[in-house]
Amino acid sequence: MPISFPTTLDLGRFLPEILLTVFGTLFMVLDAVLQKRSKNLFGHLTLLALAAALGASLYAGSEPGPAFGGMLVVDGFATFFRVLVLGVGMLIVLSSYRFLARENAETGEYHALLLFSLAGQCLMASANDLIMVFIGLEISSIASYVLAGYLRDDKRANEAALKYFLLGSFATAFFLYGVAILYGSTGTVKLDQIHAVLTGPNAPFPVFVTLAAALMLVGLGFKVSAAPFQVWAPDVYQGAPTPVAAFLSAAPKAAAFAVFLRIFTTALEPIGTAWEPLAWGSALASMTIGNFAALLQSNIKRMLAYSSIAHAGYVLVALTARSDTGTSAAMFYLAAYALMNLGAFAVVTHLSGKGERYLTLDDFAGLAQKQPFTAAMLTIFLLSLIGVPLTGGFFGKFYIFKAALDSHLVWLAVLGLLNSAVAAYYYLRVLVMMYMHDPSQAVQEAEPLSHGLQLALVLPALGTLFLGIFPNWVLEFAGHSAALMK
Amino acid sequence: MQLWLIPLLPFAGFLVNGLAGRRFPKGAVNAVAIGSVLLSFAWVLKTLFTINLDAINQEHYFTWIQSGALTVGCDMAVDRLTAVMLLVVTGIGSLIHIYSIGYMAHEGGYYRFFSFLNLFMFFMLVLVLASNYLVMFVGWEGVGLCSYLLIGFYFDKKFATNAGNKAFIVNRIGDFGFSLAMFYMVRNFGSLDFGTVFKAAPGASEAVLTTIGLLLMLGACGKSAQLPLYVWLPDAMAGPTPVSALIHAATMVTAGVYMTARSWVIYTHAPLALNTIAIIGVATAFFAATIGLAQTDIKKVFAYSTVSQLGYMFLGVGSGAFSAGIFHLMTHAFFKALLFLGSGSVIHALAGEQDMRNMGGLRHKIPWTFWTMMCAAVAISGVPPTSGFFSKDSILVAANHHAPWMYWLGVVTAGMTAFYVFRAMFLTFFGEYRGHAHPHESPPLMTIPLAMLALLSLGGGYIAVPAFLGRFFPTVEAPEDFTLVAISVAFGLGGIALAYLMYIARPGMADSLAGGLKGLYSLVYNKYFVDEIYDAAVVKPVVGGSRVVLWKGMDVGFIDGMVNGVGALARRTGAVLRLLQSGNIRSYATWVLFGSVVVIVALELGGGAR
Repeated sequence: MPISFPTTLDLGRFLPEILLTVFGTLFMVLDAVLQKRSKNLFGHLTLLALAAALGASLYAGSEPGPAFGGMLVVDGFATFFRVLVLGVGMLIVLSSYRFLARENAETGEYHALLLFSLAGQCLMASANDLIMVFIGLEISSIASYVLAGYLRDDKRANEAALKYFLLGSFATAFFLYGVAILYGSTGTVKLDQIHAVLTGPNAPFPVFVTLAAALMLVGLGFKVSAAPFQVWAPDVYQGAPTPVAAFLSAAPKAAAFAVFLRIFTTALEPIGTAWEPLAWGSALASMTIGNFAALLQSNIKRMLAYSSIAHAGYVLVALTARSDTGTSAAMFYLAAYALMNLGAFAVVTHLSGKGERYLTLDDFAGLAQKQPFTAAMLTIFLLSLIGVPLTGGFFGKFYIFKAALDSHLVWLAVLGLLNSAVAAYYYLRVLVMMYMHDPSQAVQEAEPLSHGLQLALVLPALGTLFLGIFPNWVLEFAGHSAALMK
Repeated sequence: MQLWLIPLLPFAGFLVNGLAGRRFPKGAVNAVAIGSVLLSFAWVLKTLFTINLDAINQEHYFTWIQSGALTVGCDMAVDRLTAVMLLVVTGIGSLIHIYSIGYMAHEGGYYRFFSFLNLFMFFMLVLVLASNYLVMFVGWEGVGLCSYLLIGFYFDKKFATNAGNKAFIVNRIGDFGFSLAMFYMVRNFGSLDFGTVFKAAPGASEAVLTTIGLLLMLGACGKSAQLPLYVWLPDAMAGPTPVSALIHAATMVTAGVYMTARSWVIYTHAPLALNTIAIIGVATAFFAATIGLAQTDIKKVFAYSTVSQLGYMFLGVGSGAFSAGIFHLMTHAFFKALLFLGSGSVIHALAGEQDMRNMGGLRHKIPWTFWTMMCAAVAISGVPPTSGFFSKDSILVAANHHAPWMYWLGVVTAGMTAFYVFRAMFLTFFGEYRGHAHPHESPPLMTIPLAMLALLSLGGGYIAVPAFLGRFFPTVEAPEDFTLVAISVAFGLGGIALAYLMYIARPGMADSLAGGLKGLYSLVYNKYFVDEIYDAAVVKPVVGGSRVVLWKGMDVGFIDGMVNGVGALARRTGAVLRLLQSGNIRSYATWVLFGSVVVIVALELGGGAR
């Protein structure tokens, strides 16, 4: 391919990533140069950057097509995930204002890292080439590793970051190995071309293709914290600063699922019957391990970590369905999950207090008496996590299990539904604590909600209810783009 | 048309008052609450004047649920039936909102009351405007929620919260029926849309239609307080009196009648279901009227009277005279709302007294209340030419055409109705005052709505609803029969005369009669012990079962045992679990490696090696 300067169309389709990177770099410079500044400056600037990137994504999405000779593709699917991760970024910024001030943390680097990580995730969403996927994955991951250990003086955070880094690199190596083998056997790294080779007359020897699929499954399974590669998640979520844990549970996970869905439902669809049983097993194992382990947790962050493993399992159910309805159900679920989970984490951020001292379930006792608004918001998020009607979580689960049933995965749907009944127990326990017990020490000491946190609660709550009452608007878009992806 | 404005205006009122009403002065709360309902009423009038009611006036807002072949949209529509309901709901609703300013002036939770009332209006209008069963169900459940919230308005009183719970739980049984009916419709017709279902219904088998009809009827019995699910309505009087008038007399409880009339296509093809409705209706009308004879709490009398009158509406609808049922629904909304608001005015005047044994002689002290209530009493007794005469008459004629025994039971009920209403009037307003309060007439904010309702009660019969709806429903060719009419009027007048004899002319007679028929009197006075029977047959076993089986057995024994068992298991297999989740990176890496080997082997065995 002759090297030429990218066209404006290419650049336009790549604009979100460009904006995020430029702003991130600018922050690094500003951080070093500016002596006097308002403590909220970087937060505001980040919101601005994210809004710009969001606008650019929507603009790029209005004129879909490939970029850079097919290395990227900006289709509905990519736009959906770009908007999703950028929205997550905004909510994280909102819930970080108070947190960073409380912990006396540097704000410049934090926001720069956030932007870099999001740039990687946007790239993952639009990558149509295994090399691009890998680059996006690394950009996203490396920034995330640093964010996990952002509170340098906190031993737990350091440990979390190191673990995340070592295990993450280990898993990425698997992924890269899979990419190499796939390239070796098909002679290309472009997803559409891989699909063509695999269905064509000169299909390579299946042992190598399945080996490549298995290795990529390991790498991506790690990124989405699916069983049996979930072990890192509880330790990392617990140790990482709460807003970062919230971020990790939403944005990188959504982007990794985007890659997962794109690779396995386009390039590797020809060997679908081979990987389907494995996705089946992984989905069931993730749901079961996540939910049953969460039953026994007393630390709220750990509980949410296990719950996020279980929710990854639900999304894998949708992937196992191997259909357009499954893909759109997964997209809908990831959006709903991001909203409700970020909301729940925002309450944890709010209540944990300086140095994150209050993180047990008992610390939520009596929250409804002292801060009824916060308790009401958390109630919405927990009900949505359970999957109660009128919340996004309900329709998310509904569509996922419906997709599973349409693909005749009856047992997986039944076991998944039983799992979500088990999950109700540990979420309801928090509700009981909040509404039926006397205020705890943590609740007595809790400061009033800051404006940023108020927004970080109200917006996801409205979003959750919106998805629960008008699911079709998002679902229709998702279904449309899932069908076009092929 | 912009039909969405009609329900959304009260909803906006709810949001404003609910979120910020606490900080508003009362005037602002009033302006928001009453203004939104009046605007909604105005929009109803404007809409009805500008559209052609015989065309299809449907608006599609968005697709709500799209799942496989089933599509449910958020759709609203206006036709002749909806037009009547809209006028009743917003018109009576506006009057009662205005009345409430006076009635609630000295109560706590002022803004809360009005925001709930507005929310109720929203859901009721959604129920009426819906053009498919699911949207209707949203309104149906929503009004139930508001009913619960408003019955339990005085939530610091145990009996009020209990009454709220009772209403909510009893209604669950009916709603269960409604839900099943919807599932059945989806299965058989693949749609919940009124148009689609009614188009397909004549072609369906009678068994299917009968099942759907009976299940819908169960829902209607819950909401409209019919046998055997009527028990919640008398207790619902624990709420403030305007609530009793609006929700538990004029609008919400008639939703069952409305829903049945709306589903007339289904019912005309399911005669068994229709006949069941007629039987339940006439039985409820008679049964509740007998209880009304011996009640001493003024609101309880009118509560049982409401149950009884709803029975009449069911009788009308069940006899195939859908327009007569809706006609009576409207006139009943006038005179029963008036009776409740009037009794509220009495209670207001006596600083909370509700026992008629402590009233008497109030006609000179609160003349406005007395005269307006008298209009309602005459109307409910079916004295010509008041509104009740026309509507009750059309139902009874239809009932005679359907089954003559239902007519006779209905006529006897009419006599009893006249008796207990005038008994209440005489005990309250005539004789000597037996209480200790200082009665005072209510403010004009309360008496003006009363006067307007009095005019409607007297003249409402000339609103030609049957003719108006005659082009919507199939007509029943019941011949007008002067004898039948004369008999029912005679029973009504007889009831009034008997009440006069027993409570004015010979005041001792009632007591001696009650003494003479001690057993019967105590049976009726205690409402046939239905609450006690339900308590023993349903509530106690459920509570006991929950305590012994679910709590002690299932929760403590099984679930806790399982959780503890899991804990014990976790401890016992601690070595394995520690290996798994030790926090040690090397073991994690080993675990990932182990997992990868499993994945690779499984995949190769499953697909690759073939």
